[in-house]
Amino acid sequence: MQNQPNMRGLIGSMSDEHSSWPEWVYIGVVVALLCWVGAEAWNVERLVEHVPEDAEIIKVVGQQWFWTFEHEDGTKEVGELHLETGKAYKFEITSTDVNHSFNIHDYVVLLDAVPGRINTVWFSPTEAGEYDIQCREYCGLIHYNMRGKLYVEDPS
Amino acid sequence: MVLELHKPRPIWQIMFSTHHTDVGLLYLIMSLGFLFLGGALALAIRAELFFPGSQIIADSMTFNRMFTVHGTTLIFLFILPSASAVGNYFVPIMVRYKDMAYPKLNAIAFWMIPPGGALIWLGFADFTWYATPPYSIISAPGPAADMWIFGLKILGVSSILGAINFVVTIMKCKHPDMSLGQVPLLAWSFLSSSLIILVALPTFAAALLMLLTDRLGVSGFFNPAMGGDPIAYAHLFWFTFHPEVYVLVIPAIGMMYEIIPRFSRKPIFSHASGLAAFIILAIVGFSSWAHHMYATGMSFTEKTVFMVGTLAAVPASAMHVFNFLATMWGGRIRFSTPMMWAVGGIALFFSAGAGGVVNSAMPLDFVTHDSYWVVGHFHLFVMGTIAFGTIGYVYYMFPYVTGRMYHEVLGKIHFVLAMIGTVMVFFTQHVLGLYGMPRRIYDYPPIPEWIAMNQIATVGAMLIGISMAIWLGNMIYSSAKGPEANMEDPFGLGGRYYYPHTQKNPHH
Ligand code: HEM
Ligand SMILES: [Cu+2]
Ligand SMILES: [Cu+2]
Repeated sequence: MQNQPNMRGLIGSMSDEHSSWPEWVYIGVVVALLCWVGAEAWNVERLVEHVPEDAEIIKVVGQQWFWTFEHEDGTKEVGELHLETGKAYKFEITSTDVNHSFNIHDYVVLLDAVPGRINTVWFSPTEAGEYDIQCREYCGLIHYNMRGKLYVEDPS
Repeated sequence: MVLELHKPRPIWQIMFSTHHTDVGLLYLIMSLGFLFLGGALALAIRAELFFPGSQIIADSMTFNRMFTVHGTTLIFLFILPSASAVGNYFVPIMVRYKDMAYPKLNAIAFWMIPPGGALIWLGFADFTWYATPPYSIISAPGPAADMWIFGLKILGVSSILGAINFVVTIMKCKHPDMSLGQVPLLAWSFLSSSLIILVALPTFAAALLMLLTDRLGVSGFFNPAMGGDPIAYAHLFWFTFHPEVYVLVIPAIGMMYEIIPRFSRKPIFSHASGLAAFIILAIVGFSSWAHHMYATGMSFTEKTVFMVGTLAAVPASAMHVFNFLATMWGGRIRFSTPMMWAVGGIALFFSAGAGGVVNSAMPLDFVTHDSYWVVGHFHLFVMGTIAFGTIGYVYYMFPYVTGRMYHEVLGKIHFVLAMIGTVMVFFTQHVLGLYGMPRRIYDYPPIPEWIAMNQIATVGAMLIGISMAIWLGNMIYSSAKGPEANMEDPFGLGGRYYYPHTQKNPHH
């Protein structure tokens, strides 16, 4: 029985008849790295979730299998969305049937469209151009093609 | 020693037996059968995605059903039963008891799996492995969806029965000379994963029933049209299934704890550290479930809490990696097939964990969530860590089960091809996720980067497929015609093959 561990109590001492300081150093490094990741993530998320006062509201509705957008002035768009650079927009996202997930990958806009709930996320387009809108939550038959286009133009 | 295939018996004797090695053999054969079935679906999925547009699968509904059944099969019908196979063979031996605590219950738990598996395969549901409402209530076609719910119900009960048996066998039936702390780490892995099952699984069992009554229209727990809340289901589901991912991985880590010291010809660096990591994981694993739900619209505070809870569980996994490396350090390592799989599995375990930390960091999860990154992340665990550990262990126990040796060179070729394939598929999928490709899509727009990366992944998957065919051939041929194994020391390591408690280590 000489290679039986010397257990005092269940968790016991961390040493099995040899020095354990390398393991403690290693655990220290891992914990320090995790603390750093956690703190950075907390800080960045806090900043990106701060919605500017003047953000324009866009109502987003997901349904099998297309997106509808309603601007503040009441104009509606289906499958495409026209926005301007330099402005801030706040999406109010919901669904009329099953869960979807509203995604503009190039701007890291991602939030679920859940029936009976309104989820909000904001962003501000910086460059004119065409961007893909897609659904990132499985929603059935045509989930793979629940796509749209975002057109960003410079303000005239 | 029980040499199942060495001394052939009529198949019904094994099927109606309640002896732990017979039940273990049944678990083993069935789980490997489902590995190949589920793997075939994966190859079809990868083939479909080789080019944009429709290739070999006629319509999206078929595709959706295939990835649903693929995931359900490999988690519930391969990983869980293959762990039970190893546990059945080795846990009673390791605690020095004649059998499992409740042999009949053991056989019943096994025999619940074929009907559960049949319901899943005959139904072929499409609502993904987490059956999210309201889709699963108002939109998913029956009877497939209902059959899936019943199938999972049965598999869940089987899992709970198996867990009770392992807990009692280890806690109550172990030899009185052995303290709980002295129980080998492989058996400890079954104790901790079984305890997790007992705490975690009932929640999902309840959610499944609620889902069923919602589908029948008599309740509206998760149906917003009837005042219910789909997010409630997500909490119930992930309260079970985040801990459950540790249930899947812990036995594979336990298997590595058998293989690594044996083939390093050195005792485990720290038995206590491995044991502590199992216990910590079993507790802290319950603090992180909603990291799957950042994008459902949780508040900043909720997200922060679950991020911290997730990060808190990481050191326990990191301790295992250290323990393995420290055990190998300075050992006289022999890279036989089981050792190659174990070492490869550890490397992939480490990469997978690093990717997991990225997912946990809230702002980054909005890049990775529900993209191919997540598919890559968990496959590095389920394939890279769990399947690798299990396959290595199947090679390791092959002489024990059959009395014969497998073909060593073919075993190594199997490993090399599978390792290259795994890196090609799942590392590439991480990058594909960063490029924004959503998961669970039948077709994709012809974006050049997406096409290239999908093709790399498909070629990798085919390599894995080829390697697994080689394995199957090797196992079938060698169990009948392989050379007789030297049962004292089949791997030529010096020291007895089994059993660890009596093994004399040359270094001590
Ligand atoms: C270092 C430890 C781990 C960390 C930090 C971690 C973190 C995460 C996070 C944050 C997610 C959510 C990603 C998203 O959907 O956006 C995730 C998904 C997932 N993880 Fe892990 N994980 C770890 C270990 C594991 C293990 C050991 C397994 C399995 C054996 C596993 C299996 C999964 C699965 C199956 C999913 C995706 C589920 C789905 O959406 O279908 N993870 N992980
Ligand atoms: Cu969708
Ligand atoms: Cu999780």
